[in-house]
Amino acid sequence: MTINRRKFLNGAAAVGAASATGFPHLWIKDASLAYAADSEIKVGVLYSLTGTTAIIETSLNQATLLAIEEINAAGGVGGKKLVPVVEDPASDPATFAQKARKLVVGDKCASVFGSYTSASRKAVLPVFEKYNNLYWYPTLYEGRECSKNVIYTGAVPNQQQKEFIPWLVKNFGKKFYLIGSNYIYPKEENNVCKILLKQLGGEVVGEEYVPLGHSEFSAVINKFKSTQPNVIFSTVVGDSVVALHRQYKAAGLDPKKMPMASLTTSEEEIAAMGGEFAAGHFTSAPYFMSYDSPENHKFVEAFKKRWGKDKVTNFVSEPAYFQVHLFKQAVEKLGKGDLTPPAIREASWGQQVKAPEGLVKIDPQNSHTYLWPKIGEAQTNGQFKTIEQSKEWVEPLPYWAYPGQVCTPNGLQEKKA
Amino acid sequence: MIDIVSQISVGLSIASILLLIALGLAIIYGTMGVINLAHGEFVMLGAYAVWFLQTYLGIGLFAGLILVFVLIGLVGWVVEWSLIRRLYDRPLDTILATWGVGVILQQGVRLAAGAELRYVKMPDALVNPVAFMGYDESAYRIFIFVVAVALLFVTYILVFRTEFGLQLRAITQNRDIARCFGVNAKRIYSLTFAYGAGLAGLAGALVSPLKSVSPDMGTNYVVDAFLVVVAGGVQSLLGTVASSYLIGQASGVLAFLSDDTMAKAIVFLSVVVLIRLFPQGLFAMRVRRS
Repeated sequence: MTINRRKFLNGAAAVGAASATGFPHLWIKDASLAYAADSEIKVGVLYSLTGTTAIIETSLNQATLLAIEEINAAGGVGGKKLVPVVEDPASDPATFAQKARKLVVGDKCASVFGSYTSASRKAVLPVFEKYNNLYWYPTLYEGRECSKNVIYTGAVPNQQQKEFIPWLVKNFGKKFYLIGSNYIYPKEENNVCKILLKQLGGEVVGEEYVPLGHSEFSAVINKFKSTQPNVIFSTVVGDSVVALHRQYKAAGLDPKKMPMASLTTSEEEIAAMGGEFAAGHFTSAPYFMSYDSPENHKFVEAFKKRWGKDKVTNFVSEPAYFQVHLFKQAVEKLGKGDLTPPAIREASWGQQVKAPEGLVKIDPQNSHTYLWPKIGEAQTNGQFKTIEQSKEWVEPLPYWAYPGQVCTPNGLQEKKA
Repeated sequence: MIDIVSQISVGLSIASILLLIALGLAIIYGTMGVINLAHGEFVMLGAYAVWFLQTYLGIGLFAGLILVFVLIGLVGWVVEWSLIRRLYDRPLDTILATWGVGVILQQGVRLAAGAELRYVKMPDALVNPVAFMGYDESAYRIFIFVVAVALLFVTYILVFRTEFGLQLRAITQNRDIARCFGVNAKRIYSLTFAYGAGLAGLAGALVSPLKSVSPDMGTNYVVDAFLVVVAGGVQSLLGTVASSYLIGQASGVLAFLSDDTMAKAIVFLSVVVLIRLFPQGLFAMRVRRS
């Protein structure tokens, strides 16, 4: 078949007309019925299954589906089954927004679980705010956000750093070299790190950002050698993590004297670099796959049973898993009340669940989550050994580095000095 | 304070990797005039080949190098035979076509091997640093340096001291006259493209234990390679060597004085200014043109 110009134009016009029509408008008298029809509750699952961040987001998708299946197997939510509507936003923020609109307007989902990158979260925010729906975001991120339409279950900077930095200073010394990838997350984390170091009388001997995807660290390593920091504080991400660790060891630096302390190095990067290059370096996170708790053994076992023996869990897939259980409890608390996203949001405040990392709770003030920060030392087998863990859960403070601002249920408020 | 010796060794190390990556491109671009945008993907294929050999067949890096060279050379030969040779007089179309080949290879690898980062083991003998003039130098980086110089030497011999090289240079100067003298231009071009691709594959295999292996790794390398070749002068091996040395040292020093982001920007800017002033590059070969 040949496609000539006229046929092509006709086809294009038809597609254009169809998409302009869009969704027919739905008129439903009882709003709550729309979110829980036929003893089912629809929830959106919005993680990329293709594109650049597909690997990590696939693990989030799988953790979410696992939790939904567990809940349904145990009788559902107040007798109603959770029905996941899975969309693939293909690692593209614009597609995220488009799929989010489809889930919220077209499918009438009661909530959506989704996003790994901050860019994709920012892209869907207008959709959730416009339709007053609820987005559950599992990733650790840079804080400084206070949306009324998001429940944040990942760590914010104060949770990852408040105990980590003093521990590093105590065990290794006060001279820090800050190295990160060149985008918002490392810069915000480093702001927090610098405030903490100032309080502890520490010193920043270097602060530097490398381009995303950077893989030539010889000049950086030369600077490590000439400035001789006690700790290299790393917020480098992705494949750069692998190159940095390998070149560090090949250049003869010693983790015993100058360890890298990271917020972003997980089991996945270690698998790609080889355990021998990661051994002796530290990561602070609320969760490690090797963490010893009955809930975690159950989670890891269930995850492998459902998705394959070689699958690993990580500090993003764990919140993706427990946040579905928090959602379930919030809906159960609503009982026979109206099942609407704003009602779910209010019901979720103060909800607690025994997660693999420990007992977690959603903060009623800022809709972030109380978590259990841990310090892990990487081992040659590619796993972390938990060597320190917080004595109590740590309050989420998304505006910790900005004393004038505080996140409240009504949004961001400026405190008068 | 800049420590001169360690700074020079950093520059040499960056330069040797640049040379390794750029050599294959220099041959293809310089002699055939083909702007091969799939060069980065040949580098990526080399890295994946060594990963595959190591993970599934138990063949280590050293033993696998020859195999990788042959394999990626074959890929290059197929690409030349099926595509490039049909486009020799249409340089613009070649750019598009090779870019398309690059996209296909990248997504093909993503589908076949997955998008996650892959692990290539560094040979045990080269993991630990060696003391050199009172400094700890990475044994693996020294190894890369030695291999880069060796490959340069082999390429030099091939181009300037063999019958094949003589024919290649003849075609480069004037394809039609060379053919009148009985040179089989098609065959020479095929082999040259395959050789260039093989070199790119070797480069990918060699950097994979020091950096990381992912389907989109080629994108950064192709930019570096073009930078070196364009700055050095398209038809000159000596120019490629000199410009990788200059760019390597400049990147090292600038990254030390400011940071890698700034170093990259300044190097790019300098090369833009350079090719404005010397459109033929630093070491343009003086070819008599009719």
